[in-house]
Amino acid sequence: MAIKVLTEHINVPGIETFDVYRKQGGYTAVEKALKTMTPDEVVEEVKKSGVRGRGGAGFPMGMKWSFLAKPEGVPRYLVCNADESEPGTFKDHYLMKTIPHLLIEGMIVSSFALGANKSFIYVRGELMYVIHILEKAIAEAKAAGFLGKNILGSGYDLELVVQPGGGAYICGEETALLESLEGKRGNPRNKPPFPAVKGLYQCPTVVNNVESIATTSWIVNHGGDAYAAIGIGRSTGTKLISASGHINKPGVYEIELGLPVEDFIYADEWCGGIRPGHKLKAVVAGGSSVPILPANLILKLGNGDKRLMSYESLSEGGFQTGTMLGSGGFIVFDETACIVRNTWNFSRFYHHESCGQCSPCREGTGWMEKVLHRIEYGHGNQHDIDLLVDVARRIEGNTICPLGDAAAWPVASAIRHFRDEFEWHITNPHEATQPGAVFKGDMALV
Amino acid sequence: MEDVKPQLFKVTVDGIEVEVEPGTTILQAARKIGPEVAPPAMCYYQPLKGSGGKCRACLVRVAAGSAKDPRPMPKLVASCITPVQDGMVVENTTNPQVLDARKGVVEFLLINHPLDCPVCDQAGECDLQNFAFDHGAANTRYEEERRTFDKHDLGPYVQLHMTRCILCYRCVFTADQITNKRVHGVLNRGDAAEIGTYIEKAIDNDFSGNVIDVCPVGALTDKTYRFKNRVWFTKPVDAHRDCPTCSGKVTLWYRGEEVIRVTARRNEWNEVTEFICNTCRFETKNTSDWVIEGPTKIARGSVISANKYRADLQKPAFGQRLAAAQYKTVDDTRDTSQLGIQQLPPERFNKSLPSATE
Ligand SMILES: Cc1cc2nc3c(=O)[nH]c(=O)nc-3n(C[C@H](O)[C@H](O)[C@H](O)COP(=O)(O)O)c2cc1C
Ligand code: SF4
Ligand code: FES
Repeated sequence: MAIKVLTEHINVPGIETFDVYRKQGGYTAVEKALKTMTPDEVVEEVKKSGVRGRGGAGFPMGMKWSFLAKPEGVPRYLVCNADESEPGTFKDHYLMKTIPHLLIEGMIVSSFALGANKSFIYVRGELMYVIHILEKAIAEAKAAGFLGKNILGSGYDLELVVQPGGGAYICGEETALLESLEGKRGNPRNKPPFPAVKGLYQCPTVVNNVESIATTSWIVNHGGDAYAAIGIGRSTGTKLISASGHINKPGVYEIELGLPVEDFIYADEWCGGIRPGHKLKAVVAGGSSVPILPANLILKLGNGDKRLMSYESLSEGGFQTGTMLGSGGFIVFDETACIVRNTWNFSRFYHHESCGQCSPCREGTGWMEKVLHRIEYGHGNQHDIDLLVDVARRIEGNTICPLGDAAAWPVASAIRHFRDEFEWHITNPHEATQPGAVFKGDMALV
Repeated sequence: MEDVKPQLFKVTVDGIEVEVEPGTTILQAARKIGPEVAPPAMCYYQPLKGSGGKCRACLVRVAAGSAKDPRPMPKLVASCITPVQDGMVVENTTNPQVLDARKGVVEFLLINHPLDCPVCDQAGECDLQNFAFDHGAANTRYEEERRTFDKHDLGPYVQLHMTRCILCYRCVFTADQITNKRVHGVLNRGDAAEIGTYIEKAIDNDFSGNVIDVCPVGALTDKTYRFKNRVWFTKPVDAHRDCPTCSGKVTLWYRGEEVIRVTARRNEWNEVTEFICNTCRFETKNTSDWVIEGPTKIARGSVISANKYRADLQKPAFGQRLAAAQYKTVDDTRDTSQLGIQQLPPERFNKSLPSATE
């Protein structure tokens, strides 16, 4: 049985309560850190663990922490990014609602390490019930002396604030999140300055994902080296994967990084294979913004080796034949899925969620959506395909925040790998717009 | 004691070196060299704090980050908000990737912008017109419907045409920074975002008229000047008066003997140097109210600059000349023979155009 860093106790009845969580060994990391370690020692362990940010970009967490500016007399903040809104990603939601104290404990340990006395959890506004769960957990932890003034007699004070978002995907982008937290319109900021230097209220700030922060308790308890021993290469530890789509067992799985993609899809321990009578057509491996890959490319690398669930292996081959681990939103498509329709749907999302600050994203996302909509509904022209590629290319890399890239990649990759499907829609508009019609041409199904 | 002069940074833009103070942005350094290498700016506005970074018109490539760390920057950067480093090497008009991205920005800004220049008061002094002329493609690839907005009335002085807005946020910063009561902001998201005075509250304070001058396009225009004349038939004259509220330094725009418009004065980058009050702008239109200083020098950004749009008189752009001298090819060669000929496929003429005045 593989090691579980986050979900070991997740099925214990009553684990959402303080008492049960504590009985399962909860809050020992707080005791260990506050009583026996200095903040820098905690940072050191996190660095040693090699854990990378789980919010999408995969930036090494310890390194991010060590960049935090520490000017005299200026408060520092830790902000937990619980805005999880990427289509296909639902792991933070699951973690927070089932085992909220894991996040609270991680927040205390991390805030201690960073020297923050007031920390925030910015939760996606639609998840009101999760906000209530977190608030209850915070009240319990406070009553037990793990939050508030002089925690466990260590002299360290911490206040935790849960802030509901307004329901905008863009507020998951860290600087838009900070703007929103300050009570402003959630527009991403121009960088530099980075939050580590000027973040919340212009003070040094670290923004981390729920899952990233939740791992810190385990790292403090077992040491950074023990964490680094899990996983493969520079992809250390475990990762929560939100599996959805045409598989037998959708759900949230904690996997050790380095698991072959094939095992993850077909083994009973995880997705349990494609639904009966159907075949694998494509996978979006890391949430809607990462490039989609056809079955043959997601399972195998160019040299014939198995592709693994790790940051490096998934991005092997660049965008020509690879993709990204992203936030771990693993969406599986069988041969009944229409790639054009799916691409249009993703595009619709990014068009809807663009903040509208910078011209390429504001105008380009809408343009792509409209063209894809036309193609899907039988009004496409042959030149539309190249137009889409061109628009995506001119958005990518030219925007303030990565939402522009996130909107461009799914379109560019779908055309890269499924161009004949787009062409079929354009040349056979009548057939393609029949209910349930899908492209049945040449493609590698597994 | 010795005078401690701040150490100057050496920056190279398109092969031309310039020395600037630390903290200067790439755009300002390039402007110091001259208009030939200065990147276009559709949202950045020097007098307004916090402006810039949004339109992406000013993207440039940093070929070397600094003398200490000469690695190139991985992406194009917005020159209006990126500070220079000592020894930085910047490519603007000499980099095909920059010119392509810029062409893209023009296209993005125009897809939803009504092409109603013939009835737009801004025509002739419109930053977007100039930007498109200098950097855009001659035809459009956009076949979808253009977006429209509900009408908002901003009171007796300022006319809002939201369809023409490019969301540069300049007017928002203006309302924020030079007027004491904030009533102006951005509502909604993405391409549905619109500027508005919250709940259609008219902007009623002494300096509200300045949003007209900072607007790069015809989204905010002067109601007292609306449809009175084309800007190229008017004569700008610098004048001043003793004003209790503002500096009183303005430009008067004459048609014959009549002052038909009053605006703030602009510098060579088309930026207002001193904001003026509404009384000067809207209520003081008799020559006798003013002390005339003399004809306004129009440096650029207006059709009044001689022959700006005469294709046959256009010199090849500076970048092309430089590129021709230094590089092999550059992607921005404008085929002047095509100018004026709209090469649109016939089916695009059948699309209904948005109504000219919303
Ligand atoms: C458009 C956009 C949306 C994002 N949404 C989220 C999100 O919902 N949750 C999240 O943790 N990170 C999100 N991110 C990534 C954050 O900007 C940031 O990188 C992350 O919170 C850092 O935490 P980590 O280092 O622990 O991953 C988003 C980024 C972008 C560009
Ligand atoms: S890329 Fe899109 S979401 Fe990001 S700042 Fe620009 S307009 Fe806003
Ligand atoms: S002028 Fe620099 S981004 Fe608009």
